[in-house]
Amino acid sequence: MKLKQQHKIALLHRKYIQTLKREKRWVRFYQAVIFILFFAVWELASRHSWIDPLIFSSPSKVWNLFVAKLYDGSLLAEAGYTLFETVAGFILGTLFGTVLAAILWWSPLLSKILDPYLVVLNSMPKVALGPILIVAVGPNVGSIIMMGMIISVIITAIVVYTSFKEVDPNYLKVLETFGATKTQKFAEAILPASFPAIISTLKVNVGLSWVGVIVGEFLVSSRGLGYLIIYGFQVFNFTLVLMSLFVIAIFATLMYQLVEYMEKRLIKHR
Amino acid sequence: MVFLKLENIHHTYFTKKSATTALAGVTLEIGEGEFVSFLGPSGCGKTTLLSIIAGLIQPTEGAAFLEGVPVHKMKNQIGYMLQQDYLFPWKTIEENILIGLKLTKTLTAASRQNALRLLGQMGLSGFESSYPHELSGGMRQRAALVRTLATEPKLLLLDEPFSALDQQTKLRLENLVHSTLKSFGKTAILVTHDIGEAIAMSDRIFLLSPRPGTIYRSFTIPATLKTLSPFAARNHPDFQAVFQQIWKELDEIEAAT
Repeated sequence: MKLKQQHKIALLHRKYIQTLKREKRWVRFYQAVIFILFFAVWELASRHSWIDPLIFSSPSKVWNLFVAKLYDGSLLAEAGYTLFETVAGFILGTLFGTVLAAILWWSPLLSKILDPYLVVLNSMPKVALGPILIVAVGPNVGSIIMMGMIISVIITAIVVYTSFKEVDPNYLKVLETFGATKTQKFAEAILPASFPAIISTLKVNVGLSWVGVIVGEFLVSSRGLGYLIIYGFQVFNFTLVLMSLFVIAIFATLMYQLVEYMEKRLIKHR
Repeated sequence: MVFLKLENIHHTYFTKKSATTALAGVTLEIGEGEFVSFLGPSGCGKTTLLSIIAGLIQPTEGAAFLEGVPVHKMKNQIGYMLQQDYLFPWKTIEENILIGLKLTKTLTAASRQNALRLLGQMGLSGFESSYPHELSGGMRQRAALVRTLATEPKLLLLDEPFSALDQQTKLRLENLVHSTLKSFGKTAILVTHDIGEAIAMSDRIFLLSPRPGTIYRSFTIPATLKTLSPFAARNHPDFQAVFQQIWKELDEIEAAT
């Protein structure tokens, strides 16, 4: 009787797993359909001039340009340049944002004083600072990295500081009963408890840093994928614009995946 | 000899809109090795009193002395256990129980050994490298007790440490905590709103009345109950009598406020 019951449960479980698998297959299938359909319609529309091929180009043209640029090595150089700036801006933005959050946590008085300024800085469109930055720092890698950083630093500070403040005060009480100093409280409770929040700002910052760096390259206009876009726009080569966009999409996705992987590693015990 | 002395403690919390007096004129003395309970309805300032004794907050008036020294000048002589375990979820059990030693910079091979032995006594050997979420509520509270005892505090403050546990785990843990503390000869103060728990565990009970919190009465538990383990005490014929007496007093407090 008991054996029969167990057998029945095992059978039901297998059925359940199969349903899950089937659902996953269908999801993948429709994702592939959308992908293929999008490019097919684009290609067709472009060839039959349903859309202006000069503006919207076509997948085959973008692909051919991509391959050609890959072979002559220019694409890798430009993409590598942009990627470096983005990663640097992203890391610096997160780092300085977290440090700023730590300072605010350290001094409640300072955080009260700075509060309105943070609000203003946060709501201001940071890319508008671009021209000033370029004149101040010079039209080089430095100012572009600054753009990538500045766009994410304030929002990082605000989000991380909020999470610092929301750490359960009882964890701090535990540490205080052992006579913990402020530094010890920060290192043992505040920072590790806020890792999930920091990681989730990382996810936002990936996107923000790309915006900052691309706009920076628009303005400096000497190298990188942002330059290719602005150059393509000026000479009316939209195949070049779309190809650059395509490369950016791939890199941004990869960076996001990397952050997600880090998230899984770092916060597996919660 | 007086071990812990509270002298005319007043405490008032200030907010923008109000000043709430949590404690008014609390004076008491506790001897070394004694187990006492603060019993009272919510809002009687039990946790505030405990925080003052722990030196975490300064009373607006009065002072607390441990062996004649003001408590806020003492370091690491007082252990505090909270309502929940508050083990750090990102640390292993071993890292959790050693945190006090690490913070007070007294982590040596010997003190580490001592903490791990204590963990074994609590029936948690083999869980050193587990994470808190892998343990049951009772096991976690036992680990929290090891964390508190690892720094060898002279005085232990227990702030409703069993209130978040199920009845069975709670009764077991009462016995374990009681026997552990008695065997080390530790002085302990238990805050609770559970009359039975207070009678079963303590030598003396202070009844607190609320708004503002002050000591309403104190009871000495009869020797017949004192010597028994909490679980045995709950089943002793004298238990009910004490329970009734405290129950009546609590009713009077409620009627008076």
